[in-house]
Amino acid sequence: MSEFLVFFVPWEFSWLVQISVWGALLLYFNGLRNSASGELPGYGPVIGFVLGVVLMYLVTQTRFDYWSQYMFFVHRGQHLVLHHLAPFLIALAMPAPVLARGIPQPVRAWFAERRRLRATWVAVYRWLQQPAIACVLFVGLIAFWLTPEIHFDAMLNVTLYWIMNWSMALDGLLFWWLMFEHGKRGITPRLGYGTRVLLLFAVMVPQIVIGASITFADANWFEVYAVCGRAWPLDPMTDQQIGGLITWIPAAMMSVIGALVILRFWIYDDAARHAANPAGAEPEPGHTTQRS
Amino acid sequence: MNLPRLGLMLAALLALAACGEEGWHGKSIEGLMPELEFRLTSETGETVTEQVFEGRPVAMYFGFTHCPDICPATLARLVAAVRRLPEPQQERLQLAFVSVDPERDGPEQLRDYTDAFSERMLGLTGTQKQLKTLTRRYRTTYGYEERREDGSYEVSHSSAIFVFDADLEPRLMLLDSLGVAEIAADLERLLQ
Repeated sequence: MSEFLVFFVPWEFSWLVQISVWGALLLYFNGLRNSASGELPGYGPVIGFVLGVVLMYLVTQTRFDYWSQYMFFVHRGQHLVLHHLAPFLIALAMPAPVLARGIPQPVRAWFAERRRLRATWVAVYRWLQQPAIACVLFVGLIAFWLTPEIHFDAMLNVTLYWIMNWSMALDGLLFWWLMFEHGKRGITPRLGYGTRVLLLFAVMVPQIVIGASITFADANWFEVYAVCGRAWPLDPMTDQQIGGLITWIPAAMMSVIGALVILRFWIYDDAARHAANPAGAEPEPGHTTQRS
Repeated sequence: MNLPRLGLMLAALLALAACGEEGWHGKSIEGLMPELEFRLTSETGETVTEQVFEGRPVAMYFGFTHCPDICPATLARLVAAVRRLPEPQQERLQLAFVSVDPERDGPEQLRDYTDAFSERMLGLTGTQKQLKTLTRRYRTTYGYEERREDGSYEVSHSSAIFVFDADLEPRLMLLDSLGVAEIAADLERLLQ
């Protein structure tokens, strides 16, 4: 088999990832098919959603996962995709209405009847989406899995390894979903735009501290990569320093890009408000989008 | 893995994070990895499984006989540590050296190599598939460097000694930062 094809053989095949990824894509395309022309998202969101989901697949179900397990800096890249880049793209595409339209009618009817299930899910979801909890989870998970002893165990135990990667991906989706909530109201709490920018800054600072601490550490904190053998020969300290830089710079940049996206929402909403109500009183920012 | 077991593992992990390593010099891997299982070729040329250890605790190391420094140094430390153990414990503990370089390490080569360290050390190797299955089971890897002009090449491999108890459950990982006294203390505690 050629090197190129070997790349696409999953290092650790996971039914859960396969079903989630292919299921999400199938639902989305079915949703697009079921959408009236007025409900269709533009090319941007479609490309963003597909790219986000495909990126998650590529870092967990290919040779990339092998390198992530046996090289610290690749592992940091994997988490950058799972926690920042891919969920960022997916949340920005606002796929929820399309995905909902993709669910077959009998299944939707079945869920519609389960009021208690929905009420529980909404309560749990809203609780997780409180600003303070969202921030603590976002930074806390990075810090938790990078605690050297815990990192060691997570890299040695298959189940823990998957829990780690899933927790990063799910939390990434929660966080960016909260940041990019706009348009038609769903169950996601709608925070003020200023609050969101502040939250992005709040999660950026600790990430810089964590990333810089790893980059400038004078000891090898993540011995597990030496213990298990590296994917290819690389000086342990170089590996750790590159990993620290990935935790630090691109991760912090995502906060900046996220803030720019939110500023754009803000400006658009302002313009829309002024157009609709040129002399009107100023409503609270972030609560201005009309139900369409 | 069922839910209660998963819950227990997470609880153990949190406890571990809260109070550090329960007094081992090495790294406790209890409950983190599956029990020992393999099919390999031994230094006598026979195909063997984990049953070859006949229910004795095992200290296992992955390496290759052409290894210039790390393997001989680690194995020498292990053997020196075993010599410090009380006689009955020494008798019980089985040592195993798994070569991840089957191309150069045939049974004869392995036998000469392991006998130089200890008569209680069993040399093992296998096909790439057998070796990958075993190393992967313990979340380790190995790889080969480009061949030099004289045909020699480096092999990257795990730097830790894996210790399994009499039930073949993984218990300890002895990192290469440990000295002879520390390895001996851990082994003595484990074998009690």
